Amino acid sequence: MLPSSPVIITHRLSAVFPDRNGGLQALDDLSFTVWPEEFVCVLGPSGCGKSTLLRALAGLLPPTGGEILYRGERLNGPADGIGFVFQRANLMPWRSVIENITLPLELAGLPHWEALARALAMVKLVGLEGFERALPRDLSGGMAQRVAIGRALVHDPALLLLDEPFGSLDALTRERMGAELLRIWQANRKTVLMVTHSISEALLLADRVLVLSPRPGKLRLDLRVTLPRPRDDDIRYTEAFGALARQLKGAIG
Amino acid sequence: MVHTRPPKTTSRRLGQALLEHGAFLLVFSLGLGLMAWHITTRLKVVPVFMLPSPGRVLARAAQAVLDGTLLINGLVTLGEVLSGLALGVLAATTLGYLLAKSRPVERLLTPYVVASQSIPVVAIAPLLVIWFGPGLFSKVLICALIVFFPVLINTIVGMRTVPDELRELMRSLRATRWQTFTLLEVPAALPVFLGGLRVGATLSVIGAVVGEFVGAKYGLGFLVNIGRGLYDTPLVFVAVFTLIAMAMTLYGIVVLLEYLLLGWQRRPERISRTDEE
Repeated sequence: MLPSSPVIITHRLSAVFPDRNGGLQALDDLSFTVWPEEFVCVLGPSGCGKSTLLRALAGLLPPTGGEILYRGERLNGPADGIGFVFQRANLMPWRSVIENITLPLELAGLPHWEALARALAMVKLVGLEGFERALPRDLSGGMAQRVAIGRALVHDPALLLLDEPFGSLDALTRERMGAELLRIWQANRKTVLMVTHSISEALLLADRVLVLSPRPGKLRLDLRVTLPRPRDDDIRYTEAFGALARQLKGAIG
Repeated sequence: MVHTRPPKTTSRRLGQALLEHGAFLLVFSLGLGLMAWHITTRLKVVPVFMLPSPGRVLARAAQAVLDGTLLINGLVTLGEVLSGLALGVLAATTLGYLLAKSRPVERLLTPYVVASQSIPVVAIAPLLVIWFGPGLFSKVLICALIVFFPVLINTIVGMRTVPDELRELMRSLRATRWQTFTLLEVPAALPVFLGGLRVGATLSVIGAVVGEFVGAKYGLGFLVNIGRGLYDTPLVFVAVFTLIAMAMTLYGIVVLLEYLLLGWQRRPERISRTDEE
């Protein structure tokens, strides 16, 4: 591990998921640390506040208690250098693939040619060459999510937040996208926090898996994934993988 | 009440119609109508001063073009229509944006906006002419009033169609208010907004005529009034046809705008969905 400071520290974090009845207690007393270049998965049953956690980390939702330190500073509102991938690809339908990917650079005021050059590199990284000028409506779900990943990485964020990015895809596409994300991450090491409800996805990708309890989400287990890297899809069928999966399954309950 | 015809179908229909058999059908239908009109006048079922023949209307039109009456009065009306449209759209989009952005402002102003719409413009047009005189300004105001509501409603509805998730994306990327406006809100609201503009553009012509009926010295509505007074029925027809042409042209311009600006809604699928995954 690098001798650097944590990217994220949450300290006794609690948050309320806003709804019509004044809000639901979604997270309670949650403390954990994420180190640079770590891939952390957050696992838990539906409605345990996983998405609320990501939204709080992205600065989109102010916590009701405790605090979040991002690169050593208290987080108030969206911070610089965070890439967010939503459950659905969330692309702008009037922009082509390449224009969707340049968006963060455009907002940051980069010159057009530089934004374009970096976006083209991203298109290559996420495997969408030849589709630069396609519109979102012409893309499959998996391809759209690749664009979203490219968009989240293009401004070279210090932290990548993924909110069940493959949740809306079919099972086969989902497995392929998991392997794809692994390849992208191994080529381009980032600090990643990913919410998922798939145990095998978490074990394939993560260095650590945080298991949350049902609402309000509390930390139940912080499991270090000892599987060797580089990993590939076949690791799902090893014995060590099975043992870790059983452990996670037990913690989820 | 809400003018939200999706522009997609219209622009697609227009494109197809012009490309395929539409142009032919259009000419055919116009020819059929003219023929029916001509035969009716020939059979003398109605007196000539009530329904002049197409030939006489055409001759009257030629005369009006040559002596300049059509041009002057047409330009006056066009000026009123365009100024009124501009003023109405400006007011409606500004207010619509504010209403869509702020719930309290919306609650505060909606009753007045809706109440203002229950007053027929025809009824308050005389009042406006009394207040602002029979000149250009009162007509512009009447046009603006009639254009205001559909554009306002569609601006609000258009703003509501901006997906919350894209708003969150812009927020997470620390977009400024201006960036969110130009890069997200405007393009996302544009389809519904243009639907409102399409309605507003044609209504603006009606507004100008209403204003001119109440009191004017120039304009196509004024020509209609003159023609009626002098039993110059062909002149009435000429003025009415010019008004129709004006409204259709304005409508066509908005449809063209939709075609140019909303290409992303129309573009056919060239990429198969099966080549990946």
